Amino acid sequence: MDTITPTTTPTSAATPGTGPFLSVEDLRVHFPTSDGVVKATDGLTFKLERGTTLGIVGESGSGKSVSSSAILGLHRGSSAQVSGRIVLDGVDLLSLSDEEMRLRRGKEVSMIFQDPLSAMHPYFTVGNQIAEAYRVHNKVSKKVAKARAVEMLDRVGIPQPDRRVDDYPHQFSGGMRQRAMIAMGLINNPGLLIADEPTTALDVTVQAQILDLLQDLQREFDSAVIIITHDLGVVAEMADDVLVMYAGRAVEYGPAKELLTHPEMPYTWGLLSSVPDVKGDTDARLIPIPGNPPSLLNPPSGCPFHPRCAHRDKVPGDLCWTERPELLQGSRGPSHLKACHLANPDEIYRKEVLVEIAPELAEEL
Amino acid sequence: MTQADHTPEDFMTAEQARVLAPHAPSVNPTGAKPILQVENLRKYFPVKSSGLIRRTIGQVQAVDGVSFEVPAGGSLGLVGESGCGKSTTGRLITRLYEPTGGAIRFGDQDIAQTSARGLKPLRREIQMIFQDPYTSLNPRHTVGSIVGAPLQIHDIVPKDKVLPRVQELLEIVGLNPEHYNRYPHEFSGGQRQRIGIARALTLQPKLLVADEPVSALDVSIQAQVINLLQDLQKEFGIAFLFIAHDLAIVRHFCPEVAVMYLGKIVEIADRETLYNRPHHPYTQALLSAVPDVKQAAIGGRRERIRLTGDVPSPINPPSGCRFRTRCPLAQEICAKVEPPMLQVGPRHKVACHFAGEIGKHPEQPVTAKLLGVDDYGTAEPGATPSEIEQGPGFTDTWFDVNTRTVRHATPDQRS
Repeated sequence: MDTITPTTTPTSAATPGTGPFLSVEDLRVHFPTSDGVVKATDGLTFKLERGTTLGIVGESGSGKSVSSSAILGLHRGSSAQVSGRIVLDGVDLLSLSDEEMRLRRGKEVSMIFQDPLSAMHPYFTVGNQIAEAYRVHNKVSKKVAKARAVEMLDRVGIPQPDRRVDDYPHQFSGGMRQRAMIAMGLINNPGLLIADEPTTALDVTVQAQILDLLQDLQREFDSAVIIITHDLGVVAEMADDVLVMYAGRAVEYGPAKELLTHPEMPYTWGLLSSVPDVKGDTDARLIPIPGNPPSLLNPPSGCPFHPRCAHRDKVPGDLCWTERPELLQGSRGPSHLKACHLANPDEIYRKEVLVEIAPELAEEL
Repeated sequence: MTQADHTPEDFMTAEQARVLAPHAPSVNPTGAKPILQVENLRKYFPVKSSGLIRRTIGQVQAVDGVSFEVPAGGSLGLVGESGCGKSTTGRLITRLYEPTGGAIRFGDQDIAQTSARGLKPLRREIQMIFQDPYTSLNPRHTVGSIVGAPLQIHDIVPKDKVLPRVQELLEIVGLNPEHYNRYPHEFSGGQRQRIGIARALTLQPKLLVADEPVSALDVSIQAQVINLLQDLQKEFGIAFLFIAHDLAIVRHFCPEVAVMYLGKIVEIADRETLYNRPHHPYTQALLSAVPDVKQAAIGGRRERIRLTGDVPSPINPPSGCRFRTRCPLAQEICAKVEPPMLQVGPRHKVACHFAGEIGKHPEQPVTAKLLGVDDYGTAEPGATPSEIEQGPGFTDTWFDVNTRTVRHATPDQRS
C-alpha cells in the first residue's frame, strides 16, 4: 500500500455521532496494469445513515463491487491505489493502519458475497466459519462461539441449527448457504452491511425470503445496508436511496422513489427499458442499450456514456464528446443528482421513453 | 482487438435498423400444427452407492411425466426454479440425454428412442442455444470453424462455400462478418452468445431449444439478444422451447408458458391467463415473489405469498402432490392422490386439487369427483373415475372449476 499514509490518528477525525454514519468522498480505486491505469472507481461520493439502505446499480465492470471492497479495505495489500475519504462513524477508514482496519472488518463493516459457495471454505464446517468470525472480535471460548453460531443460524431461519452447524457448505442448498453467509456477516452486529449481489444466484422465491430476512435484520440491528445489484426490481423494493454507476462513476443519485419514477439520465432510462416487466404491457418494446460497457482502461472522451446514448444529439454542440458532465442537481430538487448534459430530461423521458416502455404510465403523468 | 475498440456501429447497424422497426408482441401462429409433442416424458438418473461395487441405490426423478407441445413457428416457455428439471427436459428433446420413458414426437417421428446414428439427420432440425457463452464455445477454434462445423459435418455445402455461408450467418446475428477468424475470447459475453446463436442457426433448424439464453448476460445486453431471437423467429419461422427462470423475460418472449416444479409441469397456459389469472398456488407464489420496479412509486415491499422451506429432494419426492410440503392450501387429499393435469380453460391446464384464482381457491377439492375419491382422498366404493385427457395438447372441452361443469369451446376459441 504505497498510496495510503496512515498519518492521522482516528481520534483526530470528527467525533462519532455527528455527521452521517457513512460518508464516502471522492473515492478513487485505480489499478496500475501493464497496459495503463484501470480507473475502476473514479470519484465516487455518497452518504448513508443508520437504518437506511443504499442500492448501487450498474452493469458488470461499472465499479460497484470494487467500490464496496474499498470500504471494507479489501484492496490493502494489492497493487490498487485507493484515494479519497471513507468516513464511518467519524473515522476515516483509509487512514487506519492495516491492523486497525482488521479490527473493524467484520465488526463494524461486513460483507455478504455474491456466490456463497465460493465465498465459504469447503474444508471447514459452516459453524466453524461463523464462529471464527465471532472469536476474532470477542474473547470467548470455542464453545460459547459455537453456541452463538447456532443462535445466528436459527435467527436467519436455518432449520435444526444445532445439527446443521456441523455441516459443510456443500451440504447446504443455495438459499441456505446465502443465509449462512448473512449469519456470518451479522454475527458481530456490524453497523454497516454491504451485500454484493446477495440474491443473483438464487431463485425468485428464495430471493424473496432472503430480502425479507435482510430487511428484518436491518430493522432489528438498525444497521446501514449497501445493496449492490443489477436488478432494478430489488432496488425498488429494498432501497431508500439509489446510486446508478457507469464506468466507475455515479451518473445518477437520489431517493429510490424519486429516481425510479423520474429518472433523468439516459443510462438509467436504458436500464429501465431493457428489462421486461412481469406486469407490464407485452406490446411494449424491449429497447436494448446498444453496444457494450466501455473499457475502464481507455474510457470514452467527454460523457463516458455518449457512444451508447440515444439522446446525445439533443445536446447542443459536441458537449457530450468533449466535456464530462458533473454530478449535479437536476430539475427535480436538491436530493436528485445526475451527470448529464440534457437540459430537459424529464420532458424527454415522459415524451419519448415512457411512451415506449409503459404507455399506461405516460398517460397518467 | 479488445472489447474496447468496438464502436457500437461495429455490429449494431444492421440490428439497430431492425430494432427500430415496429414491434408486435410475439404470438403463436394460429392453426399451426404442433412441431413437437412431448408425452409423459421421464428421465431418472441413477444414484450409485460408493465403494467398489457401485449399486444403484436410488433414482433422481429429474423429469417425471411431462407433456406439452410446441406449435410450428411458435414458442413455449418453460419456467421453474433451479433443479425443477427444465434444463433436463431441454436436453432430452435435443437427445443429449436418453429418456427413461415417454414419447418425443417431432413431426411424425418419435425420437425418444432413436439410435445415435438415426439422430444425425434430426440434428439438422433441432438445435440448442446454451446458457453460458463462456463455456459452450471451444476456445481453440475460430468463430469461423465453430459456426462452419455443422455445415461440414452434414456435408451441406462444398468446402469453398462454407466461408460465405458463415459470414452470412454472422451478419444475421449482428456480428461483423470479417471477424470469422477470431477466437471466442476476443468477444464480449453478448457477442459470444450471438456466436452460439449463429452456430445453432447454421443448419436452418425448425426447432431451437434455448436453455437460459440470456441469464449469463448483463441487463443491457439481455434485451439485445432477446430482440435478436424474436427477429430470427419472425424471419425464419423457427419454433422455440424457451427455458428460463426469469418470469418477466419468458412472459415477453413466449405466448404460452409452462411452469415446472420438481420434475412435473404444474400449470401450462397462454400468457394472459398464466400471468393474470394463475390457478396453481405455486405459480401464484412464484409470480408474487418477482420484485417489481413499479413498486418504487409505492415504496416498501410488495405483498407476497411466502413459501417456507426448500424444494424437496427429487430422489424421494413427497407422495401425492409434490408441492404439498410447501403449499399453503395443502390438505389430506394432496398427500394421498396426485392431482391430474386438468384442463380448466380453452388453453389452460393445471395440476392442483384446489385450483382457483388467487384468494378464490375452492374449499373442497375440484378433482375429487373426477378421480372417484372423497374430499379426503380415500377411494369411494362404487365411484368410477372419469377419463381425464392427459395428452400433450389442449382439447375443445374443459372442466370449469368455478361452476364444476364441463364446458365446450365456442367456435372462435377452437384452435
